[in-house]
Amino acid sequence: MMHTLDVQDLTVVRGGKLILPGLTCTVQPGLVTGLLGPSGGGKTTLMRAIVGVQRIASGSVSVLGLPAGAPELRHRIGYVTQSPSVYEDLTLRENLAYFAAVLDAPAADVDRVASEVDLAPLLDTVIRTFSGGERARASLATALLGSPELLVLDEPTVGLDPVLRRSLWVLFRDLASRGVTVLVSSHVMDEADRCDRLLLLRSGRILADGTRAEILAATGTSDIESAFLALVQEEPS
Amino acid sequence: MTPRRTMATARRVLAQLRHDKRTIALMLVVPVVLISLLKWVLDATPGAFNSVGLSLLGIFPFVSMFLITSVATLRERKSGTLERLLAMPLGKADLVFGYQIAFGTFAVLQALIATSVTVWGLGLKVIGPTWAVVLVAVVVAELGTAMGLFISAFAETEFQAVQFMPAMVLPQFLLCGLLADRQAMTTPLRWLSDVLPLSYAVDAMQRISTQTYVSRATWLDLGVVLAFVLSSLLLGAVTLRRRTD
Ligand SMILES: Nc1ncnc2c1ncn2[C@@H]1O[C@H](COP(=O)(O)OP(=O)(O)OP(=O)(O)O)[C@@H](O)[C@H]1O
Ligand SMILES: [Mg+2]
Repeated sequence: MMHTLDVQDLTVVRGGKLILPGLTCTVQPGLVTGLLGPSGGGKTTLMRAIVGVQRIASGSVSVLGLPAGAPELRHRIGYVTQSPSVYEDLTLRENLAYFAAVLDAPAADVDRVASEVDLAPLLDTVIRTFSGGERARASLATALLGSPELLVLDEPTVGLDPVLRRSLWVLFRDLASRGVTVLVSSHVMDEADRCDRLLLLRSGRILADGTRAEILAATGTSDIESAFLALVQEEPS
Repeated sequence: MTPRRTMATARRVLAQLRHDKRTIALMLVVPVVLISLLKWVLDATPGAFNSVGLSLLGIFPFVSMFLITSVATLRERKSGTLERLLAMPLGKADLVFGYQIAFGTFAVLQALIATSVTVWGLGLKVIGPTWAVVLVAVVVAELGTAMGLFISAFAETEFQAVQFMPAMVLPQFLLCGLLADRQAMTTPLRWLSDVLPLSYAVDAMQRISTQTYVSRATWLDLGVVLAFVLSSLLLGAVTLRRRTD
């Protein structure tokens, strides 16, 4: 089976510091994969390497069968950066229309993605006046333009209320059921329950890779947080 | 690079400006205010405004466009939208030329207003054609935009970007022939002056103020400034990196 993502021995150095010391992992198509781990563990760094904006020291990252960063991939990946990246001084519609033009996405996508993230009523409002959660969803909407095959979402649900969080997870599930591969990072362990598969990342190393049930069974624990702590303890230091 | 994406970028930057009325007002009004101030300051010295005013018309647009562009592109970098765009199928040249087209449009407007006020409002006497004055002012404003785009690649913070302004502008101001005759400078200074684009803009303005026609030398000066515009844009596109630390 072809992996959507195939990361082999990826080494990344940032600011003279070894952040990912030879990381290997794979992500399978059509699933929601959770990239979980504590703050500073390297989630953002790994995601940046996957979308091809991170300089890497060695190793390989293959995305949809192509080397990460290949020009052919730029249409096919939707990326949400950790801090919302939209133009504050434009309306949501102006933002979406611009990114749609860059992606060659159909004009109708603007309304579609706005309603997918529940922001249709705010289409003609300037982003500067958005709340934090609305901004995060505006940023997410941008990544949905042009129907990408792979979504790389860096903590898309942080700071959202439980109702909104649930509705976004429903959206991710729905996208996966349509064949989209979704990679979601989070440092909130209870989001693990909503993922098909999990990658636990700490200090640039994969502690565990499997379904929630597999990880719980292997560690003899009943929730991911305890599993994580158990894995940290048995890790050779 | 694709024309569609370049134009979409230009439209987006223009839309951002449209939402920021105060910046538009500052862009269009500040050069006029400065030139008027100069006129009143020099009122007591007959002929002084005539010799300095035109050269300054070739410098003010550079300064204001340089500042605005470098801050705007820095904002793009800081807001994370640049990272997002570089992960998308946007050519690096699409971004740089899109900015140039958008700010360049304002540069034309700014140059038109500043020149009209100086020539007709403040009564600056030009022996050469007025359109040539406008042309030089426009080209200089384009130069400010292009160099602002290029230099901002080297600024990581707003503080650094603001520091680049005096670092880029003041040496050119001192060496461009406005304060001291370029021919009379010592050889090393003369060389330095020769590689700075504003020197050519001021030369062109001075020729226009004393010749009834636009001479070959004037066109040549303008050509040099335009070459600086183009090379700044190309360097700006080349130095933009998709992958960063
Ligand atoms: N530009 C940078 N230069 C140097 N070091 C960096 C840079 N960006 C991040 N780092 C370091 O890389 C490590 C991993 O950072 P990363 O942002 O990938 O973590 P993360 O898992 O996404 O954390 P969080 O959950 O807080 O977002 C951290 O120790 C951080 O200090
Ligand atoms: Mg992060």
